[in-house]
Amino acid sequence: MKYYHPDIECASPETLKALQAEKLVRAVRHAYDRVPYYRELMRQKKVEPGDIRSLEDLPKLPFLTKEDLRKAYPYGLLALPLSDVVRIQSTSGTTGTRVVAFYTQHDIDLWDESCARAIIAAGGGKDDVVHVCYGYGLFTGGPGLNGGSHKVGSLTLPMSSGNTERQIQFMLDLESTILCCTPSYAAYLAEAIIQMGVRDRIKLKAGIFGAEAWSEEMRRDIEDKLGIKAYDIYGLTEISGPGVSFECSEQTGMHINEDHFLAEIIDPETEEVLPEGSKGEIVFSCISKEAFPLLRYRTRDICVLSREKCSCGRTLIKMSRILGRSDDMLIIRGVNVFPSQIETVLLRCGYPANYQILLDRVRHTDSLEVQVEMTQEMFSDTVKGIAAREKELVASLRAMLGISPKVTIVAPRSIARSEGKAVRVIDKRKL
Amino acid sequence: MPVEQISVFVENHPGGLAVVAEALSAAGIDIRAMSLADTTDFGVLRLIVNDAPRTQTVLRAAGYIVSVTPVLAAFMEDRPGGLARVLQILADAAVNVEYLYAFITRKAGNALVILRVEDVDFAEKMLAKKGVQIADASTLLEL
Repeated sequence: MKYYHPDIECASPETLKALQAEKLVRAVRHAYDRVPYYRELMRQKKVEPGDIRSLEDLPKLPFLTKEDLRKAYPYGLLALPLSDVVRIQSTSGTTGTRVVAFYTQHDIDLWDESCARAIIAAGGGKDDVVHVCYGYGLFTGGPGLNGGSHKVGSLTLPMSSGNTERQIQFMLDLESTILCCTPSYAAYLAEAIIQMGVRDRIKLKAGIFGAEAWSEEMRRDIEDKLGIKAYDIYGLTEISGPGVSFECSEQTGMHINEDHFLAEIIDPETEEVLPEGSKGEIVFSCISKEAFPLLRYRTRDICVLSREKCSCGRTLIKMSRILGRSDDMLIIRGVNVFPSQIETVLLRCGYPANYQILLDRVRHTDSLEVQVEMTQEMFSDTVKGIAAREKELVASLRAMLGISPKVTIVAPRSIARSEGKAVRVIDKRKL
Repeated sequence: MPVEQISVFVENHPGGLAVVAEALSAAGIDIRAMSLADTTDFGVLRLIVNDAPRTQTVLRAAGYIVSVTPVLAAFMEDRPGGLARVLQILADAAVNVEYLYAFITRKAGNALVILRVEDVDFAEKMLAKKGVQIADASTLLEL
């Protein structure tokens, strides 16, 4: 099988456009009728459902941002009664910006199908053993690929993350053929496999790696080390999860599942829609979802769209790899982190607001170091006393961010004070 | 009577300590005893000096983070077993010693140990009961 849903994936532009337009009109009506928060946004922009008659009318709609999701938390953007909802997923452990997304069975099905298309595009099929070591739980990575693998009919290994030795043991015993995880974990697994001397015994042929930005060099490195083809996958909880777009055999960008998710590129400053081929922020509209139908949601991810003919035969538009962010959000080990969250914790724990965040990628795994200046109050004559405070700070940061940082206490006034905008983040990761 | 120990936060890099020593030297402060606790990132330098209040002022003015901790300066017999005896008394009284270091005297026959314990008053009482002499700040100046 080459495609999961050839009628859609290889549809003519006219067919696809007609389908999208029909779905968009319905989705706008649905959101307007069912979501008072969204109705109010449309009123403010003086637009009514009747104004949206074709795809060309899309820019008339207001944008939705993470701020809206926060304001409307938890049920403000829900379009159906909870009795129709069967699942909740949430963004990776960030208190200030936690986002909850809702799914009906229909929404789960279309999400699963999106992931199924990705698995097929990566060469997967019924005879494959899909090894999922994305985290399971509120994080969408595990459930998404798990559902996709079921749809394809592959044997699904719901490994979840962690315990590398066990991962490799299962990989060997059950002959996993497709690996699904973050690219950094794939690189880590590759090294562990080589170290254990079992490189010749693994049966992997492909990997579907997402939830964080990675480079072409990293792709080649993983491919060489594991002897596989490595494919990128993109998605976000707000829109559904992984599978919003996926790479095909050409490995030159990710096909967007356009029958469910409309994509636009905008200038993040002026909010103007940019022509195809321009670099800008990607904005998604969900035209198939029932429970959580976000329209014109600003992802803050920077990329480029292109509708050039693809050798794989799919006509779905392609987005480039993520080239950056239009806000200060950092993605560390697949987890969204804002510097302001770190600042909140520091101030709450009595540290000065002068701090520095150092990001690095050591052996393909992201490391987060937070440097803070010692204060009179925090100082103790015993190392034990200082270590206890350091540990407290690490625990508070972990509770806020969902990942564990290294904390380094430095001398007072040793972190450079800049005159203008403070340089809080030093990102040494080469993406 | 406990004596005042000055603790200073120093970053773990070349020259970190030299700068502290230089600042004290310039102010004419006499270091009588010292110890350094180090971690990978930083160190805590502990000092017994001839003038604790002035040392604080000098170091704070130079931008250092400084704290003052009461510690005990206990006389020991200057022979094998001298330290063991002091520590045994504390152990018998269930006093936990956080850290200790030696105090250098200019007069022969005198040996002192600086003891950092949680409850200095209690530890002092226990040591005194067993005949261990505790030096106060003015006694230290004469040694």
